[in-house]
Amino acid sequence: MMDTFAALAHGMAVAIQPMNLLYALIGVFLGTAVGVLPGIGPALTVALLLPVTYKLDPGGSLIMFAGIYYGGMYGGSTTAILINTPGESASMATALEGNKMAKAGRGGPALATSAIGSFVAGTIATIGLAFLAPWLVDFAVRFGPEDYFALMCVAFVTVSATFGDSPIRGLTSLFIGLTLGLIGIDKLTGQARLAFGVPELLDGVEVTTLAVGLFAVGEALYVASRRHHSEEKLEPVRGSLWMTKEDWKRSWKPWLRGTLFGFPIGALPAGGAEIPTFLSYSTEKRLTKYPDEFGKGAIEGVAGPEAANNASAAGTLVPLLTLGLPTSATAAMMLAGFQQYGLNPGPLLFAERPDLVWGLIASLFIANCMLLVLNLPLVGLWVRLLAIPQPWLYAGILVFATMGTIAAKPSVVELSMLAGFGVLGFLMRRFDFPIAPVVVGLILGPIAESQLRRALAISLGDPMTLLQSPISATLLGVALVALLAPFVLKGLGRFKANED
Amino acid sequence: MSSGDPAQTPRRVDRAGLVIAALLAALAAVLVFDARGLRSTAMYGMGPEAMPVVVACGLALLAIGNFIDALRGNLPARESADPVPVVLILIGLALLIAIIGFGGGFILATSALFVTTSAAFGRRAILVDSVIALVMSILIYLAFDRLLTLSLPTGPLERLL
Repeated sequence: MMDTFAALAHGMAVAIQPMNLLYALIGVFLGTAVGVLPGIGPALTVALLLPVTYKLDPGGSLIMFAGIYYGGMYGGSTTAILINTPGESASMATALEGNKMAKAGRGGPALATSAIGSFVAGTIATIGLAFLAPWLVDFAVRFGPEDYFALMCVAFVTVSATFGDSPIRGLTSLFIGLTLGLIGIDKLTGQARLAFGVPELLDGVEVTTLAVGLFAVGEALYVASRRHHSEEKLEPVRGSLWMTKEDWKRSWKPWLRGTLFGFPIGALPAGGAEIPTFLSYSTEKRLTKYPDEFGKGAIEGVAGPEAANNASAAGTLVPLLTLGLPTSATAAMMLAGFQQYGLNPGPLLFAERPDLVWGLIASLFIANCMLLVLNLPLVGLWVRLLAIPQPWLYAGILVFATMGTIAAKPSVVELSMLAGFGVLGFLMRRFDFPIAPVVVGLILGPIAESQLRRALAISLGDPMTLLQSPISATLLGVALVALLAPFVLKGLGRFKANED
Repeated sequence: MSSGDPAQTPRRVDRAGLVIAALLAALAAVLVFDARGLRSTAMYGMGPEAMPVVVACGLALLAIGNFIDALRGNLPARESADPVPVVLILIGLALLIAIIGFGGGFILATSALFVTTSAAFGRRAILVDSVIALVMSILIYLAFDRLLTLSLPTGPLERLL
């Protein structure tokens, strides 16, 4: 307990150095500016801004990252409220009531309750992260390679199969990611896999190339292909920005309840901010004293899901920092940010580079405060960004997206891969395959393989080692249940439908 | 792509779904083919060829799953898609790759992409957009090359700056 305070104080000392404060401020500003653009969620925000941090030292870059991460979340909810195009599924619940509020001329209070709610939830959840992380680290140092492998199986299944619309399509996405992860030189034997004699493929597929291709290029192609359906409409912010006393009274409980949903679910190696946001939405709908306002712009329906969204974002940092396990596309991009400096999050990083980890956690607090101060007064500026005409907006996004790859590896092969992943992203959107499992598969696939091979080498090739460790056996059991549950439930559903 | 009107014919064989299933099966075959060329040097446990085979088995199973979904017409409904803007953006990306590949430099390459994308989204003022694109990419080039000291590919225009 005291250790946590000491570590956090040390982290604060790192984070409030003037240079680091500046990095956090730049991160927050860029994160909000990019996150506010329609169709761009936090994951893409982080992916697009990754090249900006190439030349910084790891400490400064991670601090800027914390700002970008939270800034992207704030920006995303602004877009959801004002033009009803949530950049990611976690903002969908916010858009439900928030956009109705904006249409009714209450856009200001909707933005305010989402900003303050995000601040409250983000702060509480970051405190949760600070106290939960050391405890989990103590637990995680006892993990053997077989336990890590089992843990990754849990992450694979929950990210792809358990929570999506269709387990088959989710698993298909995951296996595409796993296939991409196989490309390159096998680290244990030095043999090339799936490289087909192309030298650029020997290093494997770059995570940023995949993410930017799938998210940015894919999204641009998808929006372009269905432009003839409908134009997005920007709701102007009319009236007061401030919340009335009534608004405060109706908001504070949903904020806290949203946090309670968001943080634990985000912290589980299960992933997904959609579940807590929709849980929060339906809870508020049930508990509200103004049930007739729901569907027409109830402030509780913005305050709760927005808090849940931010709390779960901080929650996903728990498995990411302590176990190196990304459970969302955004967390996967954060991991890519660590890896660009050869850093691997996990128990070792807490022991070896405490200044880095705790500096990052402290910066999350600071980024959160900056966003609260920065966002409400600057909302007019963000709204103007939203008014950029669509052709220039997407043209600019594509220029920025390709620029990252051009700066990192200006080769024809790498750029062709970017374009290819863009086409893949377009087709996956069109045929309703989830995208995050591809990114998670690419990042975690090679790690899971090396842990499994290490475990089997230690046990002299006996696969029973996976079941002899109690941790691993339990986790594999969880993974199996999570894999079969959606199929069984679907079967039950069909059975019921037949009975009717 | 077979889009038609999915609302009226919910249970119809989905041809796009069959293509997806076939592609997954082909991918599985490629994995197995590639894995056969690997030498297993591990004394105990798994060699480098084991994981590709496992992934290939998964892909094969998923190909069957997607095939069944397609036969039952279980794919979610799709709205019609306009191929023209998609092709325009892809032409823009191809131009970008070609200009970078032949040493035309960052500014020309990204300007080409900007103008084609903007046209794909319905803009017809190509001259105005070209000016905007040039100004923007010059600014980006200066910001990243001078301020952040990232090295972007240089061509004739960059050498003038």
